[in-house]
Amino acid sequence: MRTIQFREALREALSEEMRKDETIFLIGEEVAEYNGAYKVSQGMLDEFGSKRVIDTPIAELGFAGIAVGAAMNGLRPVVEFMTFNFSLVAIDQIINSAAKMMSMSGGQYSVPIVFRGPTASAGMLSSQHSQAFESWYANCPGLKVIVPSNPYDAKGLLKSAIRDNDPVIFMESEQMYGDKAEVPEEEYTIPIGVAEIKRAGSDVTLVSFGKIIKTCYTAAEELEKEGIHAEIIDLRTVRPIDYNTVINSVKKTNRLVIVEEAWPLASIASEITFKIQKEAFDYLDAPILRVTSADVPLPYAPTLIEASLPNPGRIIKAVKQVMYK
Amino acid sequence: MLLMRRFEEKAGQLYIQQKIRGFCHLYNGQEALVAGAVSAISPDDNMVTAYRDHAHPLGRGMHPKFIMAELYGKVTGCSKGKGGSMHLFGKEYNFFGGHGIVGGQIPLGAGIAFAEKYKGTSHVTLCYMGDGAVRQGALHEAFNMSMLWKLPVIFIIENNNYAMGTSVERTTNVHDLYKIGCSYEMPSKQVDGMNCETVHEAIFEAATHCREGKGPVLLEMKTYRYRGHSMSDPAKYRTKEELEEYKAKDPIETVLSVLRKNKWISEKDIDASEERVKALVDESVEFAENSPFPDVHELYEDVYVQEDYPFIMDGF
Ligand SMILES: Cc1ncc(C[n+]2csc(CCOP(=O)(O)OP(=O)(O)O)c2C)c(N)n1
Ligand SMILES: [Mg+2]
Repeated sequence: MRTIQFREALREALSEEMRKDETIFLIGEEVAEYNGAYKVSQGMLDEFGSKRVIDTPIAELGFAGIAVGAAMNGLRPVVEFMTFNFSLVAIDQIINSAAKMMSMSGGQYSVPIVFRGPTASAGMLSSQHSQAFESWYANCPGLKVIVPSNPYDAKGLLKSAIRDNDPVIFMESEQMYGDKAEVPEEEYTIPIGVAEIKRAGSDVTLVSFGKIIKTCYTAAEELEKEGIHAEIIDLRTVRPIDYNTVINSVKKTNRLVIVEEAWPLASIASEITFKIQKEAFDYLDAPILRVTSADVPLPYAPTLIEASLPNPGRIIKAVKQVMYK
Repeated sequence: MLLMRRFEEKAGQLYIQQKIRGFCHLYNGQEALVAGAVSAISPDDNMVTAYRDHAHPLGRGMHPKFIMAELYGKVTGCSKGKGGSMHLFGKEYNFFGGHGIVGGQIPLGAGIAFAEKYKGTSHVTLCYMGDGAVRQGALHEAFNMSMLWKLPVIFIIENNNYAMGTSVERTTNVHDLYKIGCSYEMPSKQVDGMNCETVHEAIFEAATHCREGKGPVLLEMKTYRYRGHSMSDPAKYRTKEELEEYKAKDPIETVLSVLRKNKWISEKDIDASEERVKALVDESVEFAENSPFPDVHELYEDVYVQEDYPFIMDGF
């Protein structure tokens, strides 16, 4: 099978859906003439023209709101945020408009829209450019939140997101755009809300999503050398969460470590922990542990970043603790 | 200006050598906007800007070694290595920082001025922003309230004609950005930002207006950035001719030619200041090189003023 980059997988999903449905358009900063800040939309202006691939001024609140209005009136916008840090300028329209419209109008106005772009840290960018907001958006009913970890999932899930009739937050990473993987040329989609066991194991369950899954793989390989078989579950979607896949895995391994790049308080890790203690309490052989970012804004200096972000060493330490090793 | 230029040239080289990481935005070509301003205000006046912020604290008199150390992420940097290139701060110099969310500093500038008015001082606040930043809605809210409450703030648009790859013409029908102030009846004008003297005069006049309690002023300064948006931008969206056209009006060369024409400076003086600047930049690099990175215990410091804030620490 051919291999393509994460950014190409996204581009294919966008382009294939746009070819089929005239109402889909892409809007955001630098998406058209500059071919995307991270080159996701490379060549799309040439193919679809400026009516459907639209450059905006730096005005997130305005263009997000315009897209929500357009979605209420029959179009299917895909809004690119250069990063989700900047989505905070637009968050009023996402939370107060997009997420509320169906309910508030008694089902009259749906908002079929995708807000997409990179989330979380991407090198030494300091605190305003390194934030992981997955759990913020996941907290809000009315939204769906997808965080793919590889090119194959990204393509299948983005297609599902675009076809979905509800507002979807789709979070990528600058550090994944160049990742390559096998992606079939044939059409496929991946359902929203379904987790996947990426690596089978019997001793401990590692739950994660997005870019940080790669860190889990590295940790799992190290652990394997010491005879510890870790099962890795990629949530892929953090609203809704596929709790059952996690519950079933924990029933098998009896141990759970959750790995997430966000801050610890009110994280996806906290939510999973609650659910597992409620549904699988009797199966647990150790307290559930989590590896998150440190409870601070991410600084610039490499020493502090190293001490803050989840890394294989910290994951291994947590796994060994739940294994009482 | 010479220090700003040589400092940025050095920063550009060090970025390529990966001594400086993250996003790094250089001020080459725009020096007059800070140099002309600092000579027209007093050290008690305030300044705030966006992420293209190396020249501003230099202009306020901060030693370049503290800026260079910050670009390196060293603990001796002006933000203790926590901010990096985009977040230089210098409270001692009334420099309220470099801010990374485009337009975020516009209401902050108004707020800093609000506090001066509240305290009854005559200090003015210089709030810099890019041509791209003026498209943020926050500008309109801040402009309206600044006028309503007659806040002593000078809004300065660093109009280098590009926001990343997007030219001003592609984002608005109103190409003269100073006109944005007009709908609030804010005194607003366009200034040649390549000329230090015209910048100085415009800022002096605006500051006098502010100090007299008459409220804010908007100055659109026409300038150009010689380099790409950040170190990773090849700037393919503009022509070499356009760049050369602005380089012909280089702010440093303009000042030098005035000095030469009037015989206020000799070639020896010019060489001497080049030497001085080079020594300062070299000293800064050496200082940054020899400084340590912050120790990990710094991670939980400076997040809150409260010293015993109970952070969540899971142990991993
Ligand atoms: C709210 C927000 N949106 C987008 C960005 C990404 N971004 C960083 S700089 C920039 C261009 C800003 O251009 P301008 O205001 O003209 O300033 P210049 O870089 O020319 O100094 C963009 C889009 C950001 N930092 N913040
Ligand atoms: Mg600009």
